[in-house]
Amino acid sequence: MATDIRIDYYPTHEQQGIKFRRGHALPFGATMVPNGINFSIYSSEAIDCTLVLFERGEAEPFAEIRFPEEFRTGNVYSMIVFDLDYERLEYGYRMDGPFKPEEGHRFDKSIILSDPYAKAIGGRDSWLAKPNWDNIYPYRSRLVFEDFDWENDHPLETPIEDLVIYEMHVRGFTQHPSSNVKNPGTFAAIRSKIAYLKELGINCVELMPIYEFDEWENSKENPVTGGLIVNFWGYSTVNFFSPKAGYAATGKFGMQVDELKTLVKELHKNGIEVMLDVVFNHTAEGDHRGHTISFRGIDNKTYYMLTPEGYYFNFSGTGNTLNCNNPVVRNMVLDCLRYWAADYHIDGFRFDLAAILGRDQNGAPLSNPPLLESLAYDPILAKCKLVAEAWDAGGLYQVGSFPAYGRWAEWNGKYRDSIRKFLKGDEGLVGEIAQCIQGWPDLYYYRGPTASINFIACHDGFTLYDLFAYNEKHNEANGENNNDGGNDNHSWNCGVEGETDDAFVNQLRHKQIKNALSILMVSQGVPMILSGDEVGVTKSGNNNTYCHDNELNWLDWSLMEKNSDIFYFAQRITRFRRAHPVLRSRTHFQHKDYVGSGFADITFHGTQAWHPDFSSSSRCIAFMLDGAHAKSGTIQDDSIYIAMNSHYDALYYELPPLPNGKTWHLAVNTDMPSGEDIYDIAKEPKLEDQGRFLVGGRATVILVGK
Amino acid sequence: MAFQIESLIQDQVATFMLHGELDSLSARVFQTEIEKIANQPIDSLVLDMEDLNFMSSAGLRVLIYSKQKIGPKLSIYIVRPQELIVDTLTKTGLQHSVTIVDQYPV
Repeated sequence: MATDIRIDYYPTHEQQGIKFRRGHALPFGATMVPNGINFSIYSSEAIDCTLVLFERGEAEPFAEIRFPEEFRTGNVYSMIVFDLDYERLEYGYRMDGPFKPEEGHRFDKSIILSDPYAKAIGGRDSWLAKPNWDNIYPYRSRLVFEDFDWENDHPLETPIEDLVIYEMHVRGFTQHPSSNVKNPGTFAAIRSKIAYLKELGINCVELMPIYEFDEWENSKENPVTGGLIVNFWGYSTVNFFSPKAGYAATGKFGMQVDELKTLVKELHKNGIEVMLDVVFNHTAEGDHRGHTISFRGIDNKTYYMLTPEGYYFNFSGTGNTLNCNNPVVRNMVLDCLRYWAADYHIDGFRFDLAAILGRDQNGAPLSNPPLLESLAYDPILAKCKLVAEAWDAGGLYQVGSFPAYGRWAEWNGKYRDSIRKFLKGDEGLVGEIAQCIQGWPDLYYYRGPTASINFIACHDGFTLYDLFAYNEKHNEANGENNNDGGNDNHSWNCGVEGETDDAFVNQLRHKQIKNALSILMVSQGVPMILSGDEVGVTKSGNNNTYCHDNELNWLDWSLMEKNSDIFYFAQRITRFRRAHPVLRSRTHFQHKDYVGSGFADITFHGTQAWHPDFSSSSRCIAFMLDGAHAKSGTIQDDSIYIAMNSHYDALYYELPPLPNGKTWHLAVNTDMPSGEDIYDIAKEPKLEDQGRFLVGGRATVILVGK
Repeated sequence: MAFQIESLIQDQVATFMLHGELDSLSARVFQTEIEKIANQPIDSLVLDMEDLNFMSSAGLRVLIYSKQKIGPKLSIYIVRPQELIVDTLTKTGLQHSVTIVDQYPV
């Protein structure tokens, strides 16, 4: 009612029948205020700014309101517009200024620009629905409501060392017809698979990019199948604050925010955290030949790193690089992550090509990057997990040296490569494997093992199955003459390139997958599984499937039956990790007995107990974790003995004797057929021979001492 | 069909019969009706949707608004909703906040 409205929410101006007044400079974006909407946008170099208002879906705007000069505060244009229909409104801006690329300016007031702080984007509401290419404003800024009923939900704050992360693509997870869900490829569909995720034993899903992107970007014909190649993975952000509408079954109703929040709430109810893969290193605007969507037309020099000639630095490998350590951009990143943490209850973030976030405005690495420091100490993000992909496409590789400020963890690329090479049978890896299973103290001595996010496969590169089925990448379907994707896969095809009927080869591949999962789950640090690896998913040797909306990226749920032995094993090995706190230390091992149990917290062994072989020709290592030292001696656990043999021959491993009448029990033997390869917790059979154990060729054995 | 709403309040139960299409414009009418009962001792809000053909996000928001305005103890019953509406309620998780029934009293 009018009597409720404060004096500062009455209009002072009118144009084209639209009433408005000077607005609030902060917050940026479009914010609901009594009876109106406050629009605020920053540009340091524009000479003029116009707000453009559309009815939802209409081709032409119903009003364009130029910001009066007196509405500008510093470099911020702000205005409150009254009596707008929040639900049906779409808006954008025209920015006027110089078009002088050699000076870094690319203003063009003929283009309507998306608001960098928009909370929803219209225009790509249903996945792959063909857009109107003549649309004068294809990515339309929209408002969202803050009335979602979270009930009692809040971020779970699970200790990071207790996480088992599952890297998942929203569409790829349920789009395959075998998924048997009602709304395949959507946030809603993931909800119907929560029981599966719990059964698998993971407690954190890391969603590949869900910020609004355009799947039609660079679409072209698939040279192999003749089908359509699209941007499937979504590492090409259109707007950092908006969830992708095409991932929501209700996107066509504009309800993507509610659908995503509902997914987060339901996952939390089931004890599963949600981490987002965020891409702040570049945007969808590409290089100087790309489209102007938002940032480029608003303030090109602020948002992007530019060469002295006005071209885009390309540390991302995708055409442009966001100018993350410009204070304005830095604040946008902070505002964005705070928004996702506070409004979506997100538990953590994985930063794509995060090394870029530590570069200065000319691209040089900073010793004390202000953005990384700000994120580490931000009060709203204080409980969020921060995980860096600690390298970029410009050659900056910071695994082990990423500026962490006591907070940041890293995707451990060295772990991935060492384990792959060891499993392949390469020599000279035993020393590195000892580092891997300890959470790599050589890299993270001051940061603890939880700085290491351990993985052997992720979306980028071979799947776990393909790692043991292909020597070479097979990326022909990407249309880049097999030149894209990494060449250093450290893979081994087990004797046959690709699919085969050879039972021995297939058995060996399954065993190698079980070896990989076993090592991953007994390593200190935080394990991460690629979605589908638990059922032996293949991408037919393609190690860079970023552009395929087809079976290469859709999880084939029938593999649960075809590869039931892998799924059975994966379920139980995650449970094994979660049942044994001795596998999940927050601090590094001290290699001594500090609780008086008679054993050091960790001891290394070889085929002879107490005598590890770290020589360059060795392919064998075993280690024992003393259960009395679990969680720094605060919890009693069983002792765990793990023997790894990447030699092709079976070898006897002498077992260390246990004190106080305890005996060794068999938990895992990947050399055995399904049913005898892994035992449920508390049902591990006691070994008849407590003195030694025959570990098969290319096999892993885990014993429990109790 | 234009949106129409009929209301009846009896024994702390507010019954609304909704007809037509509930979009962003008609949602305001719906919201106004909710505001009228907000200060009354209402235990149950019964929304008969048998003749409601469409409900936009604005309509869904009025359901949330009802809970917030009248209080968390309010029970909302949705009577005979069409499948499209049930589908949208389910996808957005709102089915947990309401009770979908074939008739009221249940």
